[in-house]
Amino acid sequence: MFNINSLEQQDNQDKLWDKVINYFRKRSLWMLHYCTGCGAMELPPVMTSRWDMERFGIGPMATPRQADILLITGYSSVRTMKRIIRTYEQMPEPKWVLAFGSCTVNGGMYWDSYNVINNLGEYIPVDITIAGCMPRPEAILDSMLKLMDMIQAGEAKAFRKYKENYAYYKANQDRLFMERGPVLESAALRYVHEETEGGEA
Amino acid sequence: MMTVFNIILYSLFAILVGLIFLGIGRKVAARVHLRYGPPFYQSIIDVIKLMSRESITHNFVMDLGMVMALTGLIGTMLYIPIAGHIAFESNTNIIVIMYLMAIGHLGMAMAVSASGNPYANIGVSRALTMMLGYEVPFFTVMLGLIIYNQSSSVMVINLAQAGSIWNWNIWQMPIGFIAAEMALQAMMGEKPFDAMIAPAEIASGPMVELSGRYLGLGFLTKAVGVFVETALIVNFFFGGGTSVITFVIKQLEVFLIAVIFDNIFPRYKIEQAVKFLWIFPMGLAVIQLILLAI
Ligand code: SF4
Repeated sequence: MFNINSLEQQDNQDKLWDKVINYFRKRSLWMLHYCTGCGAMELPPVMTSRWDMERFGIGPMATPRQADILLITGYSSVRTMKRIIRTYEQMPEPKWVLAFGSCTVNGGMYWDSYNVINNLGEYIPVDITIAGCMPRPEAILDSMLKLMDMIQAGEAKAFRKYKENYAYYKANQDRLFMERGPVLESAALRYVHEETEGGEA
Repeated sequence: MMTVFNIILYSLFAILVGLIFLGIGRKVAARVHLRYGPPFYQSIIDVIKLMSRESITHNFVMDLGMVMALTGLIGTMLYIPIAGHIAFESNTNIIVIMYLMAIGHLGMAMAVSASGNPYANIGVSRALTMMLGYEVPFFTVMLGLIIYNQSSSVMVINLAQAGSIWNWNIWQMPIGFIAAEMALQAMMGEKPFDAMIAPAEIASGPMVELSGRYLGLGFLTKAVGVFVETALIVNFFFGGGTSVITFVIKQLEVFLIAVIFDNIFPRYKIEQAVKFLWIFPMGLAVIQLILLAI
């Protein structure tokens, strides 16, 4: 499905320089946590004195412009999905995505819900998924350490996958937002009305 | 030629020392929270990472403003004697320092309001209001120093305190020192005066739109700012230093006091902060001025 060859060609250039810069990248990961699902509660122990992720240089950040990691906890509904995509596209490269909880892999216990997506990886590229319902704080820390190893080895490049296969992701996103129009009839009418008005103008 | 070389050397020194100070500050903050904390060189890693990232600019004014902020503060630093060494000799450098120190903040304000983000605009308006709050008491204390020493040269004030610990201005004008220390807390943007940054409230204020290299420049500005502000306090009240090492150690002490206060206080609202700064440090500074005049 993905165009792997060209990715590897790119990686063979600038080997030494990449290794040096990767060291600095892995030692200073800033995280934006998008916690609309369950599981935001597991983050405070990771940040504070129990597990203290700052000793690896990982810290929370306030805006997408400053962040390296986007951590998405739990289920994401269609509405939050729009915001997640917008947030992800605002982050400067290199950027990585951690998906936290079973809901981001296969929908978890919301797998047949009408307004929740099942697999986050279809809409934005995910580097690491943390399975569990819900995962322990140790699992978050473990995934961060794993991500650090992947960055050093030059394996964490899902953001390039997004650029190279943008058509695939864009089609999935569009399908999602098309399928789920407004639920209320009046809202749907207004939606159509605005559409036609916009077309005329 | 020599001057150019000197300027580069001084600015590199200030940036390096400032970044290490910030790292030590984070470590101390972590120990206050009963955490292990990042290594002391963490800020240097952060800056190198930020410099290597993709950066998003909004317009030319943003580029210009960020550079202006950094150069404004580096320019200030060149007029401050570091243990007797100074890049530019001048007889009236307190006046120059007063002017140049504002340029750093104004450059930052220009850059981030060019981005058009409302959070950044709130942050900038708060930062400039705060500047109004701390500059008045700080400059009143400076005025007291100028009157006491009959000179507006930092070097002269510095040399007047040489000899023994008891010549230090902290003993000559203790009330002024307390006022200056309170103003310093606001100048460095530490709690309780960090309403302009407030990550949980206005998403880190001025820094909200900065990415990659711009945030890196912001970090460097902060580092030089810490260096300049602590160096001023050390020169004015702690007698400078006999060697660069003692000077830097004194600076570190001043900085660590600020960090510890930062970790044990909650945050003032902006109007409360300005009111506080205009009543307490300002009152103390005026009392000190009257005592000197008597
Ligand atoms: S995986 Fe479990 S804990 Fe996480 S969002 Fe889904 S239901 Fe909630």
